[in-house]
Amino acid sequence: MQFFLDNIDLFRDAFLNTLGLTLFAGVLALVLGTVLAGMRVSPIAPLRGLATVYVEIFRNTPLTVVFFFVIFGLPQIDTVVPFFTGAVIAVGTYTAAFVAEAIRSGINSVAPGQAEAARALGLTFSQTLTTVVLPQAFRTVVPPLGSVLIAMAKNTSIAAGFSISEVSSLLARLSNADPNDLLFILLGVVLAYMIITVPAAIALNRIEHRVAILR
Amino acid sequence: MRLTRYAAAAAAFGVVLAGCSSEAGQQAEEQADNTVAVETDVEFEAGTTMAELAEAGTMTVGVKFDQPGFGLLNPSGEPEGFDVQIATIIAANLGIAPEDIEFVESVSANREPFIQNGTVDIVVATYTINDARKQLVDFAGPYYEAGQDIMVAAGNPEGIAGPDDLAGKNVCSVEGSTPAQNIRDNYPEATLTLFDVYSKCADALTNGQVDAVTTDNVILTGLVAGNPEGFELVGNPFTEEPYGIGLSLGDTEFRNFINDTLEASFEDGSWAEAWDATAGAITGEDAPEPPSIDRY
Repeated sequence: MQFFLDNIDLFRDAFLNTLGLTLFAGVLALVLGTVLAGMRVSPIAPLRGLATVYVEIFRNTPLTVVFFFVIFGLPQIDTVVPFFTGAVIAVGTYTAAFVAEAIRSGINSVAPGQAEAARALGLTFSQTLTTVVLPQAFRTVVPPLGSVLIAMAKNTSIAAGFSISEVSSLLARLSNADPNDLLFILLGVVLAYMIITVPAAIALNRIEHRVAILR
Repeated sequence: MRLTRYAAAAAAFGVVLAGCSSEAGQQAEEQADNTVAVETDVEFEAGTTMAELAEAGTMTVGVKFDQPGFGLLNPSGEPEGFDVQIATIIAANLGIAPEDIEFVESVSANREPFIQNGTVDIVVATYTINDARKQLVDFAGPYYEAGQDIMVAAGNPEGIAGPDDLAGKNVCSVEGSTPAQNIRDNYPEATLTLFDVYSKCADALTNGQVDAVTTDNVILTGLVAGNPEGFELVGNPFTEEPYGIGLSLGDTEFRNFINDTLEASFEDGSWAEAWDATAGAITGEDAPEPPSIDRY
């Protein structure tokens, strides 16, 4: 216990790294995922194809491999990204594929009559998407999107193997420094993740109820 | 050139060209004619770990799978290296043939748990003896004395001659390792980049993402051997890292047995032979003086 308290500073720094990684990667995943979902339902075939290829590649590649590609693969083609940025890119681009699929399922749940009515009113495709379809789609996908984002928060632990001193990397460092205190170190790590994921789950639950559509 | 590199990178999405040793195949061959004679007539006092293992005719040993020269999985899936040879010598004295030893990968972080929960009988995995670890496991040995050193890109562009030159430099090591903690404690002006395995540090050094890699000299030697055009060793060890054999706490009889076995191997030359066939084959240097056993 004392050992855990002695290293509380380490836990704070690592926690901030995990939190930062989660927030930045989350924003990237949401933005990129929404764009991809839009591309997948667009009337332009090449865009649809591109988004499909993206989703299938990233959804079917282990995150560790994506990390390897960003951290060690990109420098081979003279693109060196800082480690933290690289981690954000890896987690964000990977999660974007899952976000895109969740949002696409929401888009499919919007009755086709909605889009037809919008088109009849003379709205363009992007207007139809952004003002009619997506606002309704987002409401239905809050629960699956929440699961994707919470999974992402935990997936940031892969960054431990790629030089980011985040919460789960403390497991290796502290358990090796003092193997006696393994239990408290483990508890501290679990707690740190829960501080991020539990409030996120509660917030998502609130949002879900607030934006629910009565059908 | 540029084009092919782009093509290769694009085609090999995510396939990582981790630095690996070309020594592996040769080592396997040399190792084959270097096995210690297995004792056939062994007798141990009933109830001791030695008696149990000799009776079972098999033992489980934790070794590293990613450290050239000490414990590295060769292409055919067999671990090889100095640690593996040491384990073979100990097993031979228990009447256990090399093919009856089960090798389990023990990364730095799971060595104590593996010993404590009985996953392995002993750990021979570049395992530095220190006081915190002595609280949890017993150590036989040391069977080798390593020291922390620095590896830099070939030509040493940053002019690093020792740990004091690391100030302001980006130094790579492995999270949770003793060398990383040493840098953190004694050379706080160095920026640490920490991966989970040393091969990633080698990749980062190749890419210029870090300026130097630091850990025990023997590990660095293995990495240099894997890419002699790309890396060089500073060759100025600044710590002492006695490598011991981990076994479960309080098993004094077993510890004494291993210590005796090690001492015998120092004397009859099998220790030096094991070195020449493995780590020595990489460094190209003769076996050093064996360390003195620490019967604490």
